[in-house]
Amino acid sequence: MRPELICPAGTPAALRTAVDAGADAVYCGFKNATNARNFPGLNFTPEELAQGVQYAHARGAKVLLAVNSFPTAGRFDLWRDAVDTGARLGVDAVIVADIGVAAYVAERHPGLRLHLSVQAAASSPEAIRYYVREFGVRRVVLPRILTVAEIRQVKKEIPCEIETFIFGNHGLMVEGRCSLTNYVTGLSTNMDGVCSPAAQVHYDKEPDGCVATRLGDFTIDRFGPDEQAGYPTICKGRYHVPARDDAYYAFEEPVSLNLAELLPQLIEAGVEAFKIEGRQRSRAYVRQVVGNFRKAVDQVLAGEAPELADLVALTEGQKQTVGAFGSKKWR
Amino acid sequence: MSGKLTLGPILYHWDADAKRDFYARIADEAPVDTVYLGEVICSKRTPFFESHLPEVIDRLERGGKQVVLSSLSEVVIPRERNMMRDFCDIEDHEIEINNTAGLFHIDGKKHRLGPLMNVYNEATLKWLSGKGATHVTLPVEVPRSVVGGMAAGARDQGVGVEVQVFGRASLAVSARCYHARAHRRTKDNCQFVCEENPDGMPLTTVTGQPFLVVNGIQTLSYSYLCLVEEIDDMAAMGVGHFRLMPQDIDMVAVAHVFADRIEGRIGGAEARARLEAMNLPAPLSNGFWHGREGHRWQPRMAS
Repeated sequence: MRPELICPAGTPAALRTAVDAGADAVYCGFKNATNARNFPGLNFTPEELAQGVQYAHARGAKVLLAVNSFPTAGRFDLWRDAVDTGARLGVDAVIVADIGVAAYVAERHPGLRLHLSVQAAASSPEAIRYYVREFGVRRVVLPRILTVAEIRQVKKEIPCEIETFIFGNHGLMVEGRCSLTNYVTGLSTNMDGVCSPAAQVHYDKEPDGCVATRLGDFTIDRFGPDEQAGYPTICKGRYHVPARDDAYYAFEEPVSLNLAELLPQLIEAGVEAFKIEGRQRSRAYVRQVVGNFRKAVDQVLAGEAPELADLVALTEGQKQTVGAFGSKKWR
Repeated sequence: MSGKLTLGPILYHWDADAKRDFYARIADEAPVDTVYLGEVICSKRTPFFESHLPEVIDRLERGGKQVVLSSLSEVVIPRERNMMRDFCDIEDHEIEINNTAGLFHIDGKKHRLGPLMNVYNEATLKWLSGKGATHVTLPVEVPRSVVGGMAAGARDQGVGVEVQVFGRASLAVSARCYHARAHRRTKDNCQFVCEENPDGMPLTTVTGQPFLVVNGIQTLSYSYLCLVEEIDDMAAMGVGHFRLMPQDIDMVAVAHVFADRIEGRIGGAEARARLEAMNLPAPLSNGFWHGREGHRWQPRMAS
């Protein structure tokens, strides 16, 4: 079995870049709150999506539409329109998290392939089987918390395909269950598709040359005069606790997920699709990461050892991890 | 004004004696209608209190409280999967589900939906009520307008609506234990260090701002969410149940303030003044309700 490489398309240009670099499928969203990367300058108008679908299909690639935030009472029409528009434009699947949206797709568009977003946080065979049983979900995007051994076990117990993240931002909190950004900024990850919004990011230069990074009213980290200040994501900040003398990364260090070395094991475990995170990233990033992973996946399938030396430079803080996938000790 | 006062599950790792003492006092003295019982955060903690549960349930019921049992919120490893399966077989009490794995088992049997179930809209609520959900506690982050829409939708479905009105707001859960990490341990060899922080382990920013608290795999607000002044507004919209979350403070006194407010014996300003007079260990916040940053306190507009 040949696993698919699923690549981020934050913009129409990134979509074309990813397809040209060897993506089997791209995923994207509309320019509104219906997807979990509702960032300024990102995403697609319906016209752009129509062109993107044409471009991808002409080259044998699929387009997956993320409609994976949570509609709030009174706003359901926006999510319904996103699903209807995607279906009309011929997307190959919609990726959903909300039960109401899943029910709508299953009822109104029974022929449209349904993928369960990581935002649904389906982390057990029972949770996954619930969505398969009720809505006919064909593929689950697994939360980034399972070891390879656990993924192998899950695969044996579920009647649908598995997609796992293999590269990119390394979320620490259970996706779809995090309100940290809303607590700090008044904008919600679940309801607005926003995480650590740039409009509320501040870099405060201090008299000694240090830089404190801030999101809204709260300091997320402080960097020395010679350090490069990282982006203030709440779960990647340094904080004080009574048990430690110094501030430390209370949740996780600013590292990126890179499962290149685990690709053979993941394929053996039965994973059908590998997902690269980064709809907010540049075309250059998309080109390099997608191109490298295309080569690596093909090498593994040919029985060769994958070569992936070039990717470390692209990762956050230029440090990488296999995160939870390697061992339960991560927890 | 009408409405029922409820006490949510204890989220922190209190030792068994502390929990028994706490619930004995709640049974005898707290004017709450419903008490949610059960370990929601960490499956490793459950053995400590399991054997005491029947006695505590009995004590609470003799005190006139309705007892609802709450499930785990994270279900990953085999032990947790088995716990969730067995939990859904409970027949002698109402149950509150906090993870989708429970929905798989429950299939039509009556149940409540906890605040981590992501019920944000009428379509989701309608679907779930068609599968046996009788009651929902809304996510802590939803603003007034959404609560209003949900209350109207729930009325159509005959579903009870509950909103957290007091206590630290749950902001995130994870597979990783941050309590263990703070002590340079992992979840598997944590030695239950979370017991050292019965009101959560405070995280302070590098510029000295109290920010969040950690409770094992859970991250909560440092501030105590407080909607005592908004209760009349909520009741008018159709919210019928008001949830207090247990903190390591005099919860009986807190319950009396909220009960007095619900019964109309005191106004919102007086209720808030009484809470503030308790010298709570953290500031109050109500930003989520007002569609603002959750940590904020939005003063009540003069009407």
